[in-house]
Amino acid sequence: MTKEMQVVDKVAAETAGEQTREAPVFTPRVDIYETDEGLTVLADMPGVDKEGLTIDLKDYTLTLRGAVKAPVEGRNSMYREYEVGDFFRQFSLSEVIDQAKITASLKDGVLTVVLPKVEPVKPRTIEVKVN
Amino acid sequence: MAILRWTPGPYGFRTPWRELDRFRNQMSGLLDSLSGYTEGVRRPGVGVFPLLNMEEDAENLYLTAELPGLSGQDLELSVEGDSLTLRGERKIPEAGEKVNYHRREREAGVFRRVVALPVKVDAEKVEAEMKNGILRVTLPKAPEAKPKQIAVRS
Repeated sequence: MTKEMQVVDKVAAETAGEQTREAPVFTPRVDIYETDEGLTVLADMPGVDKEGLTIDLKDYTLTLRGAVKAPVEGRNSMYREYEVGDFFRQFSLSEVIDQAKITASLKDGVLTVVLPKVEPVKPRTIEVKVN
Repeated sequence: MAILRWTPGPYGFRTPWRELDRFRNQMSGLLDSLSGYTEGVRRPGVGVFPLLNMEEDAENLYLTAELPGLSGQDLELSVEGDSLTLRGERKIPEAGEKVNYHRREREAGVFRRVVALPVKVDAEKVEAEMKNGILRVTLPKAPEAKPKQIAVRS
C-alpha cells in the first residue's frame, strides 16, 4: 500500500546572504545522490520559475536560490497553514565538479541539478633524462 | 493562568456567571489548541497533507497549496456542497542502480484532504490551475454569499 504523505513544516533558512527585499526564506528539501559520473541534486521549490532561479558554484560551494512571486494584493486571509517565501540552500561539495558541464532543469517546482565529476587525470609516465 | 481583573460585576465581585465565562473562554482556547490552530494560525507539526492557505475577496474564495513535483494530471479535485476534496499521489522517480544517497529528505506518497468551505460557492464555476508545483483554486462565491451594497436613503 502506498504510503500516505505527512505534513512536514517548512524550515526557515538560517543564513540567506544578501536579500534585496523583505521576504521569509526557507530551506528547500533535497535529495542528493552520487554515481561514478557525478552528483545529482533534486530540490523541491514550489512556486519558483526559471526567472526566479539562481544556481552558482564557486570554490566547491553550490548555492541554490529560488524567488517566488509576491502574493496577490487585495485578498483577505481566512487561514494560513503555510508561509510563502523564497528558497535558499548551500552545499559544500567534496568532489571536483566539471563546472562547464553542469546542467539544470526545473519542472513543476522541482529543480534538478546534475554536476558531472571532472574526468580523472590519466596517469602520465614522466621520462627522466639523464645527462 | 490568566490574571483576573477584580472589577465588580452586576452582582458584586465574584458571581457564578463570571466563573462560567472564564471557563467558557478557557474551553474555547483548549479546542483551538486541539485542532492545531491558535488564533487562526496553525501550530507547527500539526495537520493533514497538503497544507492549505485560504483567502477571499468580494467575488471569490482562493485556495492555494504547495505540491512540488505534481502537475494537473496527478490531482483529483472535486467540490460538493460546501466541501472540497483534494486527492493525489506524489511519485519520486527511482534514481537507478549504483547510486549513493548523501541526503534523502523528500517524500512521496498518496494524500487526500477534505476541506469545509466557509462560504457557499458556485461549484459549476470553480477553476483550478497547477503551475510550478503550486495549486491555485478559485471558487466563485454563490450570489447569495456575496456582500451586497445597500443604498441608504436620506
